[in-house]
Amino acid sequence: MLQKKNLLWLAALAIALFVPSIITNPAYRQIAVITLIFTACATSWNMFSGYSGYVALGSAAFYGTGAYTMGLLAVHWHVPASGDMFWLVPVGGLAAMLVAIPVGLIALRVRRHTFVVITIAIFFVFQLAAINFGFTGGTGGLTLPYVPWLIQDYHIPFYYVALAILVFAIALSAAVRRSRFGLQLLAIRDDEDRALGLGVKVFPVKLTGFAMSAFTIGMCGALYAMMQGQIYPQFVFDPIFDISIALMAFFGGFGTLLGPILGGLILESSQQYLTVSYSNGSLYLILFGVLFLLVVLFMPQGIVVYVKEWWTKRQDRMAAASEAALAPGINS
Amino acid sequence: MNSSALIHAVIDGVLTGSVYALMATGLTLIFGVMDIINVAQGIFVILGAYLSYALSVHWGIDPFVGLVITIPTLFLVGIVVERAFIGRLKGPEKTAMSILVTYAISLVIEGSLNMIFSVNDVQISASYVTKTFRIFGVYFAYIYVYGFILAAVLLTALYLMLYRTRFGASIRASLADQTAAALVGIDVKRVSTICFGIGIAVTAAGGMVFGATNAFNASTSYDLISRLLVIIVLGGMGSLGGALLAGILMVTLEDIVGVVWSPVWSIIAFYIVLVIVLSLRPQGLFGKQSARIA
Repeated sequence: MLQKKNLLWLAALAIALFVPSIITNPAYRQIAVITLIFTACATSWNMFSGYSGYVALGSAAFYGTGAYTMGLLAVHWHVPASGDMFWLVPVGGLAAMLVAIPVGLIALRVRRHTFVVITIAIFFVFQLAAINFGFTGGTGGLTLPYVPWLIQDYHIPFYYVALAILVFAIALSAAVRRSRFGLQLLAIRDDEDRALGLGVKVFPVKLTGFAMSAFTIGMCGALYAMMQGQIYPQFVFDPIFDISIALMAFFGGFGTLLGPILGGLILESSQQYLTVSYSNGSLYLILFGVLFLLVVLFMPQGIVVYVKEWWTKRQDRMAAASEAALAPGINS
Repeated sequence: MNSSALIHAVIDGVLTGSVYALMATGLTLIFGVMDIINVAQGIFVILGAYLSYALSVHWGIDPFVGLVITIPTLFLVGIVVERAFIGRLKGPEKTAMSILVTYAISLVIEGSLNMIFSVNDVQISASYVTKTFRIFGVYFAYIYVYGFILAAVLLTALYLMLYRTRFGASIRASLADQTAAALVGIDVKRVSTICFGIGIAVTAAGGMVFGATNAFNASTSYDLISRLLVIIVLGGMGSLGGALLAGILMVTLEDIVGVVWSPVWSIIAFYIVLVIVLSLRPQGLFGKQSARIA
């Protein structure tokens, strides 16, 4: 069984490796890269929020920190506009992690419900700072060195780096889930007081998880900044980002390993496609909102759990049916 | 900076703050009774503002008179939303799910408002919006005073309802402990629905005053909701008195920082105070210190 599961993961990875050869239109390749970036963010968001139950709605603060780290360092360190800039991606992740520690020290002191609101507030501090501080370039944004690759194949290197980040995020999330540390996070989600009573050092555990998830999200922000070549505070510190990755995790299955991956791949690609195809932003907001409502109300546990339950029920039904078919034979 | 500017900032802050306090009271009431974080509160304020705007532009109805229509309308909207969506939420992740559901609702309303009214800023106009009077050597528009009186009247009415009526007692019981309230025979589900209705209805009044004192469009709701959330966290989530005091304090502080330092940083002061207060008192100014962390 485990063997079969690993094979499926490998097959998925193999398909992912060939995507840039299948999709040749640069616009669609860009959609593919952004989809991978968001899926990685959703996966690592879920690694903290999904496992611990502490829903963070300010992760764009880390995404933006990663993006600005990439932008500012590339400009000030005079990094040549080439593949060398990719080395700044993990640096962006580290910066986000460093920022996440003081944020976590404040935000994780409070109860779960208040935590949600504080992360939102802290996110707005970051957005305002990026708009108002001089060194960020304000609302005019920041222009990065533009890597002179051919437009046709511009997105291919970004695609593979994004894929590497996603694989890293999934591996980390899987490793955490199997580890003692992951069990501690899950114990906090189930009953924090009891976990504390049983000797889990809840505060350091929460802080570590929070900082780890910020690392991957920061790397994603840095990669995004490098690909776009231009960043604006309102786009890298975007409140919709927070809610989108949370929705992806809930859509797929909050707290499961596979959930945010499926949620990210399905939602972000369709969202990007809709944005490219429909210019009417208002209609798109309504459609997105309605989809959102349907998911949360009718599949509150996400598609992974929903499909699993449906499958188990089907198996049970089939087992019952075959038993019924066998029954007369046994009697006669 | 001079002293008259400071006095202006303080008076202005108290007058505007009371309107924020009214809107935040609705939000904290909903959270206290239902464990629901209603992030759609911001867009409901804007919806209220647009309703008053439409009434005054198309039928020439004075915004204050229009409240007779807009407050019951938003109350009904609240009831319908609670019955259709919010009331269905249950389970351990109820509060987190409520944020997603109310956010989705706010997206739908935002998209619809954009389609109906376009994204251009509008402002509610009436004679008293521009007419001013003088106090301590500074000029104020009448709308600020009228807004303050409106907020004070509605908050008093809400207070009397909560503390002087039988239904108010059942709301307070549900605020204190839902399970215990249900055990003594209170229909918590009905109380929740009506509380959600009340929580949304107050945004009609808040939105009208907000729309008369600020130019707005549907996306203004993001700024509003972030302020309202900060106010209720500061006051202590679920604490009505806390929301009232924090609303007035924060808006006053914001105005003072705007005068003393720069308007650019005034909103940041808002968030920094939040961070400081929470480091010292994680439960907020008037929040209940709960034994349980979750």
